[in-house]
Amino acid sequence: MINRSDAAGLRRRQLLQLGAGAAGGLMLPGLGTALAAEAPLGTWPAGTTGDSVFVGVTSPLTGAYSADGKDHVLGYELAFAEINEGGANAQAWGLKGKGVLGKMIRHGIADSELKANVAVQAQTQFIQRDKAIMITGCVSSATAVALEELAQRDHVLNMVGASGANATTGHDCQRYGFRSQPSAYMACKALAPVVAQHYGRGKKVAYLVPDYNYGHSVFNAFSEFTKPYGWTTAAQVVIPLSASDYSSALLNIANSGADVFVNIEFAAQAVNSTKQAAQFGIFKKMQMIVPNISSFQAQETGAQLMQGVFGTMDWYWTLEDRFPLSKNFVTAFRARNHYIPNWGAHIGYLQTYLWALAVERAGTFYPPAVIKTLEASKANPFNSTLGKVWYRAEDHQLVRPVPVVVAKAPKAMKSKDDYFDIVDMVPGEQAISPPALLGCKLGPYV
Amino acid sequence: MPSAPLLLSQAFNGLALGTLLALVASGLTIILGTLGVLNFAHGALFMLGAYAMYVVTAQTGSYFLGILVGAVFMLVVGVVLERGLVRLFYGRPHEDQILVTFGAGIVIVEAVRAIFGANTQSVPTPSWGQGIVQLGFLFYPTYRLELIGIVAALLFALYLILYRTSIGLVVRAGIEDARMVGILGINVRRAFLLVFAIGVVAAGVSGMLYAPIVSVEPDMGSSFLVEAFVVIVIGGLGSYPGAVLGGLIAGEIISITSAFNAAYSEVMLYAVMALLLVLRPQGLFGSEGRV
Repeated sequence: MINRSDAAGLRRRQLLQLGAGAAGGLMLPGLGTALAAEAPLGTWPAGTTGDSVFVGVTSPLTGAYSADGKDHVLGYELAFAEINEGGANAQAWGLKGKGVLGKMIRHGIADSELKANVAVQAQTQFIQRDKAIMITGCVSSATAVALEELAQRDHVLNMVGASGANATTGHDCQRYGFRSQPSAYMACKALAPVVAQHYGRGKKVAYLVPDYNYGHSVFNAFSEFTKPYGWTTAAQVVIPLSASDYSSALLNIANSGADVFVNIEFAAQAVNSTKQAAQFGIFKKMQMIVPNISSFQAQETGAQLMQGVFGTMDWYWTLEDRFPLSKNFVTAFRARNHYIPNWGAHIGYLQTYLWALAVERAGTFYPPAVIKTLEASKANPFNSTLGKVWYRAEDHQLVRPVPVVVAKAPKAMKSKDDYFDIVDMVPGEQAISPPALLGCKLGPYV
Repeated sequence: MPSAPLLLSQAFNGLALGTLLALVASGLTIILGTLGVLNFAHGALFMLGAYAMYVVTAQTGSYFLGILVGAVFMLVVGVVLERGLVRLFYGRPHEDQILVTFGAGIVIVEAVRAIFGANTQSVPTPSWGQGIVQLGFLFYPTYRLELIGIVAALLFALYLILYRTSIGLVVRAGIEDARMVGILGINVRRAFLLVFAIGVVAAGVSGMLYAPIVSVEPDMGSSFLVEAFVVIVIGGLGSYPGAVLGGLIAGEIISITSAFNAAYSEVMLYAVMALLLVLRPQGLFGSEGRV
C-alpha cells in the first residue's frame, strides 16, 4: 500500500517565493561553485533538480508493531507539514523559509509489514521511481539494518529508526545511516544504576527474550551493566518472535526463583506477555523491569499492572515541561491527531528535523556533504526536542539524553495520559558506548 | 537439566495448551475433511471471535453473553462466507480455494484493523476465573484451569454432533462420496453449509475463550493458524480425533521443549511434523487419499 502526499499542488505565488529562496541559497559563499563539480551520486542531483524533494518512509502498518508504526508515520507527517509550511515551529528549530533549502518535501509511505525484505523493496521503489533523496522509518532492528545496507549501496541518506539493537550503529553500521534512538547499550547503561539503587544489590533476574537481534542486544547489555551491582541471571528464556501464548515460557520464569523479571518483549507482545505474567502470579514474586518501554505499553497494559515498572524510553511527552521544542511538538501533534504523541512519533519528527537542519547547514542535498555536516555536529550541536544533541562521527549514534522512567500508580496519575515519572535524564556522553566497542566500521562516502 | 517440578509443571501446561490447540484445529479439520477446502481464513475467524467477545463484554460485562452473542455472530459470518464465496469454489482446484480463503482472511483482518485500530484490546477474565490455583508443586491461573474443562466439553459436544446424529452421518457420508449421497436424495449442499458454519463457529469460539488470556489485536490469528495447521498435519488431515490428539501432542511438544529451552519450542514442533510426514505421511489418524 502506497500513498503519495500531494505537495505538488504548489501555488504560483509559493513557486515565486521558492524561486527567490533558491536563488538566495545559491548566492551563499562558495556554495554553487564548490559543489557544481561533484559527479552525480545516488539520487543526487536528479532528485533535487525540481522544486521539491522526495522522502521515502517505511513503517509496519500491519503486524504486531502496527500501532507503533502508525504513530511513527504521524510523527513524520507532522514534521513534513511543518517544514513545508515554514511557520513558527520550523523556525524554532532554526530552519529558514518554506521547505528545506526552499524545496518542498514530498513523501511516500509504504507498509513494511514488519519484514525487512518488504521494506527494502518499497524503499528501492522510492529511490528508483521517485528519486528519494532520503529514506527513513522502521520499527524493528532487522529492517533497520537491511535499510542501512540499501542506503549505503544506493548512496541515499537513511535516518534510521525506530531501532534499539546495538548492531544498528555497531557492527552493521553504515556511512549513510544515522540513528537517533538510544542503543540497547545506552538504554541499559542509563537504567542499571537507577534500578540497582532502587532494588538493592545482589538480585536474581529472570529474562524474557524475543529471539532476534534486538532481544539479544538488550539481554546482553542489561546483564552486563547490572553485574557490578551483584545482579545475576536466574533464567534466560528465549522465545520465538511470533509467540502469543507465553504459558510455557512463564512457567520457567515463575520457577526460576528470581526477584526481578526483565521483560524484553516489544509492542503488542510486551502487552500480551505482561498480561499473561500477571495471570501466572509472577508479579506477586517479582518486580518487572522493561529496558525499552514500547509506545503503547502503559495504556494497553493499564496502570494497575504497570505501576512501579522501571524502564527507559526514547522520549516521553511530559518532557514538554523541559524542552520548548517538545512542547511545540506535543501541542501541534495533539491538534492534528487528537491524541498525545508517543516516542515512535517522536523519532519520526526528530529525525526529519535533524536531517533538514543538516541539509540547510550543508547548503546542499549532496549526500557526502550532508553526512559530513552530521558527523561534525558535535562542534555545533542541534537544539532539539531533547535539548542539545549531535551525531557521533565514529558510529553515527545520536548523543542525546536517555530518559529513565518509572510507571505511576493509578492514583498518582494527573491525567489519563500521565503514566510515567521521569526519574532521570542520563546525559548521552555518560550512556554511550566507547566508539570502537560495538564494532562499527563506517563504509565509504562515495 | 530442568528440575522435576518444572518438568511436571510443563507437562501439565502442555495438556492445557493442547486442549486449546485441539479446539482451534478442530474447526479447520472439520471443514477440510468434509468440504475438502483448506480454510486459510481460519486465523482471521479466530481473531474475529475474539473481537466479538471484546465488543460484547465491553458493552455488557457478561462473559456468557459474550460467548452466546459471539457464537451467533460467527454462525452468521460462516453462512455468509459459505453462501457468498466458498460455495463457488467447491468445484475448483485446491489452489483457488486456498487463494480465495487466504484473501478473505486478509479482508477480515484489515476490516477489523480499520474499525478498531491496531492497538491491542483487553477482554477481562470472568469473575469466576480470577486468581491462581495451587496444585501441589505448581501455581496455575484459575481461568486456564477451567478452560481445560470447558474445551473438553466443547470437543465432546462436537464429537457427538459429528458421530452420533443423523446430520453427522450425512456429513461423514458426504466426505466419502458426496455424489452418491446426493443420488440417494439427501441435500448435501445444506449439510455442507452447516459444516462450514460449524467450523467457523469453532474457530470463533476458540478466539472467544482465548481472548481473556492473550491480547486481542488484528494479527492475533496468524500464529494460531500456523499452529492449527501443524496440529492437523500431525493428527491426520480432515480427521476429527486426529485434531484432538494432534493438539495434545503439539501442546506437550511446545511445553516440554520450553522446560529445556523455549527458543526451540517451535522448531521442535516443526521437526516432529517433518518426521511424521516422512514416517506416516497421512498423519496419525488420517487415511491415505482422503483429502
